[in-house]
Amino acid sequence: MPIATMLEYEFMRHAFLAGSLVAAVAGAVGFFLILRNLAFAGHALSHVGFAGATGAVLVGASPLWGLLAFTLVAAVVMGLLGERLRGRDVAVGIILSLALGLGVLFLYFYTSRATQATAILFGNVLGVDRQTLWALAGLTGVSLGALGLISRPLLFATLAPELAEAKGVAVRSVAVLYLVIVAVAVAEAAQVVGVLLVFALMVAPAAAALRLTTRVAWGLALSVLLALGETWAGLALAYWTDWPTTFWIVLLSCSAYFLSLLKGAGGSASRPADAH
Amino acid sequence: MEAIELERVTLARGERVVLSEVTLAIHRGEFIGVFGPNGAGKTTLLQAILGLLQPVAGGLTVFGAPPLRGNPTAGYLPQQRASVADLRLRGWDFVASAFCGERWGLPVYGRAGRVAVDRAIEIVEAQGLAARALCELSGGELQRLLLAQALLGAPQLLLLDEPLLSLDPHFQRAIITLVKRIGREQGITVLFTAHEVNPLLGAMDRVLYLGQGRAALGTVEEVITGPVLSRLYGSPIDVVQVADRLLVVSGHGAVDADAHRHDA
Repeated sequence: MPIATMLEYEFMRHAFLAGSLVAAVAGAVGFFLILRNLAFAGHALSHVGFAGATGAVLVGASPLWGLLAFTLVAAVVMGLLGERLRGRDVAVGIILSLALGLGVLFLYFYTSRATQATAILFGNVLGVDRQTLWALAGLTGVSLGALGLISRPLLFATLAPELAEAKGVAVRSVAVLYLVIVAVAVAEAAQVVGVLLVFALMVAPAAAALRLTTRVAWGLALSVLLALGETWAGLALAYWTDWPTTFWIVLLSCSAYFLSLLKGAGGSASRPADAH
Repeated sequence: MEAIELERVTLARGERVVLSEVTLAIHRGEFIGVFGPNGAGKTTLLQAILGLLQPVAGGLTVFGAPPLRGNPTAGYLPQQRASVADLRLRGWDFVASAFCGERWGLPVYGRAGRVAVDRAIEIVEAQGLAARALCELSGGELQRLLLAQALLGAPQLLLLDEPLLSLDPHFQRAIITLVKRIGREQGITVLFTAHEVNPLLGAMDRVLYLGQGRAALGTVEEVITGPVLSRLYGSPIDVVQVADRLLVVSGHGAVDADAHRHDA
């Protein structure tokens, strides 16, 4: 089908809107995720959210809010545990396996919704209805607003935590608040690429951006632009080929990252061996 | 007005008393070398001056006022460095993040901010480093950027917590010379903690030696002596002079040889 007719369909317009709202948040939030070395935490949150989403379906509620509820709680717990989580990949991995297992159980009880499972796991941006669109708009506004508010002390606390503490930044509170924003971003990203592939929107564009530039402002902008571009192109390609949108977005974001590695490889020098 | 005054100050970390009833005064513009074994209270003292730790007893004043967390007149170079060394972020952005970093909002610095960051980088002679990524810098080069961060906001007091750690002698000398020059030119009071006395011999005005909850403040000749250090370490210490270097020796060999074993 020719691309020109793409936007004549309401479901495509919805998909582009939803995708844009999600990509903007994912790109911005993901940037700090990389800086703070929390990529795995973002991944873990989405898995915990899966249990929330399927649990919500079981009780007849909207999967988005179920997902969000679980990721918010997990984010606060992670934030409060703070440093104790560092290096505890096994513990985190076990928790998210448990969550995924619970999700499978919830799905089993609600047997008539197999498509629901696919949508939660792999996203369903082409099936976004008006209600979800409004919810995404609201969540985007809140999360970008909150991120904008804390971005300065967050950057400071990320790069120089002891100095930030001395200068009066509430490092712990900022960390928890940021994780709450991550939880919202994860819930949104899961609507487009699903719970299992949140990484593709939240980590890949930001990681690519940080290989292409060393400046904070450019990196942040590039992260958002890459996420947006990959989402739009992914939607267009999905429309044109009928292949799943999630596949295209993931392919584009991973390709962009690999391409950025090629550029970075030429520029990065090894550290001089003088001081140590 | 003294830069820092302690009046029978007791500092504790939880149950453990780190400094007990210490009284001393540090004058404006002085370069003080702060020494002592691990756990003697060097970092604790700096944190108390920064307002991060409340004295259990006694009065501590900084430029005549009680310590205030976030005090803009105090510049700080902390001991524990976060693992920024692996980040592909520009040195300039790293330093700039500390410019009014405690304010809410977006990390945009405006003209005033850019000028201040450029100035700080210029003072520490790190112009060439600012454009490079942190992961490409050596330990000594990263230290310069940390010093630039500490100098943002034109502080009157500079607190440097073990800035020489894991630097080779060449970079140690460079940092000491730099800090000494900055302190002299801008009349900044400097507290510089270290393990080894010798690198700082030419730069220090006075020595502050901590140990066993006690403190000794005075010139090198007054403080770096067998009797004084024996009291502070709680075991027999001898000070031997070899040419213009001082060797602090305990019954178990050179005292500072163990200094670099740090649970950082």
